[in-house]
Amino acid sequence: MNAPLKLGLKQRYSLLTSGLDWTPSYQPFEKIYPYAEFEGIKIHDWSKWEDPFRLTMDAYWKFQAEKERKLYAVLDSFAQNNGQMNLSDVRYVNALKLFLTGVSPLEYQAHRGFAHVGRHVPGVGPRIAAQMQSLDELRHVQTQVHTLSHYNKFFDGFSEFRHMHDRVWYLSVPKSFFDDARTAGPFEYFIAIGFAFEYVLTNLLFVPFMSGAAYNGDLATVTFGFSAQSDESRHMTLGIEVIKFLLEQDPGNLPIVQKWVDKWFWRGHRVLGLVAMMMDYMLPKKIMSWREAWEIYFTEAGGSLFEDLARYGLKVPKYADVATAEADHLSHQNWATFYQYCHAAGFHTWLPSAEEMDWLSEKYPTTFDKYYRPRFEMWAEMEKEGKRFYNNALPQLCSVCQIPMVYTEHGDHGATSFRVSDYKGEKYHTCSDGCKDIFDGEPEKYSQAWLPVHQIFQGNCGGAGLEDVLKWYKLNLGADNLQQAGSPDQKLWDEWMAAKDKVAG
Amino acid sequence: MPRIVSITLQNTDDARPIIAAITADNPGARINAMPGIVKIDRDDSLTVRRASVEDRLGRVWDPQEIHLSIVSMAGNLDEDDDYFNLSWS
Repeated sequence: MNAPLKLGLKQRYSLLTSGLDWTPSYQPFEKIYPYAEFEGIKIHDWSKWEDPFRLTMDAYWKFQAEKERKLYAVLDSFAQNNGQMNLSDVRYVNALKLFLTGVSPLEYQAHRGFAHVGRHVPGVGPRIAAQMQSLDELRHVQTQVHTLSHYNKFFDGFSEFRHMHDRVWYLSVPKSFFDDARTAGPFEYFIAIGFAFEYVLTNLLFVPFMSGAAYNGDLATVTFGFSAQSDESRHMTLGIEVIKFLLEQDPGNLPIVQKWVDKWFWRGHRVLGLVAMMMDYMLPKKIMSWREAWEIYFTEAGGSLFEDLARYGLKVPKYADVATAEADHLSHQNWATFYQYCHAAGFHTWLPSAEEMDWLSEKYPTTFDKYYRPRFEMWAEMEKEGKRFYNNALPQLCSVCQIPMVYTEHGDHGATSFRVSDYKGEKYHTCSDGCKDIFDGEPEKYSQAWLPVHQIFQGNCGGAGLEDVLKWYKLNLGADNLQQAGSPDQKLWDEWMAAKDKVAG
Repeated sequence: MPRIVSITLQNTDDARPIIAAITADNPGARINAMPGIVKIDRDDSLTVRRASVEDRLGRVWDPQEIHLSIVSMAGNLDEDDDYFNLSWS
């Protein structure tokens, strides 16, 4: 007999998924899968789904357990050895605050979203992949909260991350992104999160930023970052499989999928503006600029990807050229905004030092000196005169991305980019052609958005005064907010460094 | 324009034999070291061969162990018991 002793990987995986499904007899199919058809996606043969990562359940648990063992050994060591004292600089901790309040809750949303999709997609292969991804995402939020809880023992701004995520004005940007995806149908969710976010954009969040954590002495964050990212590669292949599968199944799917790709690319690009600012302004020791990361992970990697998908008729996302041009401005405009509003933020800001500004000039030769350096230098002068500038006006927000209308016009960086749509007798404002297209595509959805500034004016956020609103955010005034200089975080850090100097003699 | 496939691995003891195997088996691969990670790019396709990693590691190696070291990738994946391949079609 010539039978193989062990089944091959492809056979094992096929045995895991095939035959797992059955034809229902007690209930009609459409009652079991009520969301399968309303988006207009047509699937003729679910068995054509091919999972590129053929991970069987036993292998999944084995590898995930191994990842956890490695991660928790590092976290334990980091805490035991006071790793927080070995950071490059205390300013770095503010990037972690933004990460915990803005990004980690999205991992939980992704967990919920994939659990929902895993239930409602009528195909076995994607159901199993979605189930694994749902578990991965839960693991990510848990490991991130565990890791950053160590920082919470010493630094401000961490303790109310979950409460803040649901209320604080700038956190509505990432929150509404995921709320939007999760309230879409299952196929749109798959394209939004699996393809546009995971495949096209998350590299920009997790790869250079985590490499930056490594460079800035944050052993703990590097370890959870790369532990999460090891799952991410599997998620990326799910994203690319989803899009290929939908496009192969029916030519009628192309225009629907293209519209989702355009929408979610632009939504993702707007959310990642926070990461642009973290990389260019918040990492004390810098790895690469946002512009360079965009070149590598969008222009180069995305270029190859969309060339590959062109065989199905899929085009590069609309406004990709605008996003690429904006990469020269994004981080500067965002940091300038947080500088003006950090009295209402859960982390500290500062002005870039002379050396940092030189680095920015070098990395952004066409924009930094022309548009942004003069502004930072003026603010530095004002600080010297004791007139530190805080902007006390509540900004107008974009009805789609929910970012204050701070961006400039594509091609005219002296003008605010501003669009208006009319819907049922009301005016709705958006920050760009990308966001306006999204609003106009689904005005009924976006006209109901919970916009933080509108909610403050309507009296739904704790009161009319700034202090009332900040209390409603559970911001600990004078500790969580305001400038880095003079903060309790800075004071503690200076004491640690002075003690080190004393030992060094 | 050539289509670039890419794999990013952690710069760790577990991953170094994989990086060495990729470098040896894929002529023209471009190795970019960043803090904590190594990004390997190549035009059109890139293969991680089990036998080649095992030669360097001195033990049996399951290509799925790459899950413990991988950070990111670009390209269509084909995975089996003896290899892990990335390519654009």
